[in-house]
Amino acid sequence: MAFIEIDHLEKTFTSKSGDTEALKDISFSIDKGEIFGVIGLSGAGKSTLVRCINLLEKPSGGRVIIDGKDMLALSERELKIVRRDIGMIFQHFNLLMQRTVLDNVCFPMEIAGVKKKEARVKALTYLEQVGLAEKAAAYPAQLSGGQKQRVAIARVLASKPRILLCDEATSALDPQTTQSILQLLKQINEKYSITMVVITHEMRVVEQICDRVAVLEYGKIVESGRTKDVFESPKTEAARRLIYTRDYNDIMSGGSGI
Amino acid sequence: MTWDAETVKMLLEGIRDTLYMVLFSTLFGYVLGLPLGILLTVSDRDGIRPRPWLYRILDIVVNILRSVPFLILLILVIPLTRLLVGKSYGSTATIVPLTIAAAPFIARMVESSLKEVDKGVIEAAQSLGAGTRTIIFKVLIGEARTSLLVGVTISLGTILGYSAMAGVVGGGGLGDIAIRYGYYRYETGIMIVTVIVLVALVQILQAIGMMLAKVLDRRRV
Ligand SMILES: Nc1ncnc2c1ncn2[C@@H]1O[C@H](COP(=O)(O)OP(=O)(O)OP(=O)(O)O)[C@@H](O)[C@H]1O
Ligand SMILES: [Mg+2]
Repeated sequence: MAFIEIDHLEKTFTSKSGDTEALKDISFSIDKGEIFGVIGLSGAGKSTLVRCINLLEKPSGGRVIIDGKDMLALSERELKIVRRDIGMIFQHFNLLMQRTVLDNVCFPMEIAGVKKKEARVKALTYLEQVGLAEKAAAYPAQLSGGQKQRVAIARVLASKPRILLCDEATSALDPQTTQSILQLLKQINEKYSITMVVITHEMRVVEQICDRVAVLEYGKIVESGRTKDVFESPKTEAARRLIYTRDYNDIMSGGSGI
Repeated sequence: MTWDAETVKMLLEGIRDTLYMVLFSTLFGYVLGLPLGILLTVSDRDGIRPRPWLYRILDIVVNILRSVPFLILLILVIPLTRLLVGKSYGSTATIVPLTIAAAPFIARMVESSLKEVDKGVIEAAQSLGAGTRTIIFKVLIGEARTSLLVGVTISLGTILGYSAMAGVVGGGGLGDIAIRYGYYRYETGIMIVTVIVLVALVQILQAIGMMLAKVLDRRRV
């Protein structure tokens, strides 16, 4: 059975200015250990989709099943525990700015009730894995974007996730830094067999690390399949547009997408 | 004008009484205002525990309390002051109206400090499985600590101003001295000295608060 199963997922935002159907009848499944990409233009609903997986956003309809558990059937308390299994990294890193790098990595362990001393020792090993042990005492404001994302990755590793959701995790980084972060993600995926959902508008990212990809347009999945197949022979207009403009964007920005 | 030991002693006692009133009122103001500010933050529409009706009620109560002029409040709460302190004049009695005036003001400042915290950071904490309590104490208060400290500094200054006003109705402290000597006895010298001392106190409190806030702020390199 699939590890993550999205089943007829719907999300409608209601506001005074009218309803926005951000996700319409989305269904797909992801296997354990897979890196699954979701691409789409700005506003396609990528962030909404990924936020529905760990229920940061409550779906309006459909089901999210993770490892056989129906996420929407969980109580508040159960949800908190399941969320520790589902890590998330963000475009803007979202580190605690008033805490040192080490204390940021300790944070998920504080939540899980790990003893402080033990947490600090473990945090250092996670920092070593992302190559930032020497920055343990620094504050996020003293780091570069790539280093901040590494801290965010170390922090998420500290919660020992089985799934990692990446929402535009490299979009704020330059091409070289993007490469090194992608390598790190790939490494983590292999080492811990963490299943990953990678949301991006950068085709290169998908090309490099995703096993399979889904193309999202106006809240609908219009095409999906193995990355290689979709990139070599996109079937829909939406996929073609995204994939062919990639080359244009690469020329314009020196190789990283927009 | 008489600048004898007696006068100096009176001024020193005035400073002591003023600090006593201001510090305790601020302290009690935070005992009430901090939880209220937290409630306002988390219960608001985009808070971590949205309760629009609760926010609405608290919002209105805070607004009403804040719009009552302090001198009127001073008189209105006399029965409560008598009940709590046993008398309605003097420094200790003044702490009651000062606290009531300070609490909603402090709640608003706490609310605005906590609402400055980046939504993304709160979301990251939620994605790590943090509960409401963890988010309030470790994320909201932890991240907003410098802003909260600036708030304490502003509160101290504002309450100091109120405390001087309380002097008009026998509130004790420096305001009391300024009124009694400057206004009723035309001893302008003592009044001016009192005012200078009040200004100096505000400056000192302000400087200490801002310095602490700066030292504790890690967002800047
Ligand atoms: N909280 C919200 N309230 C109302 N509408 C929202 C909300 N969040 C997202 N939307 C709407 O849902 C749609 C999808 O937004 P979403 O952020 O998921 O897009 P995205 O694909 O992640 O875009 P981007 O690449 O710009 O991040 C958009 O039309 C957006 O305006
Ligand atoms: Mg997005």
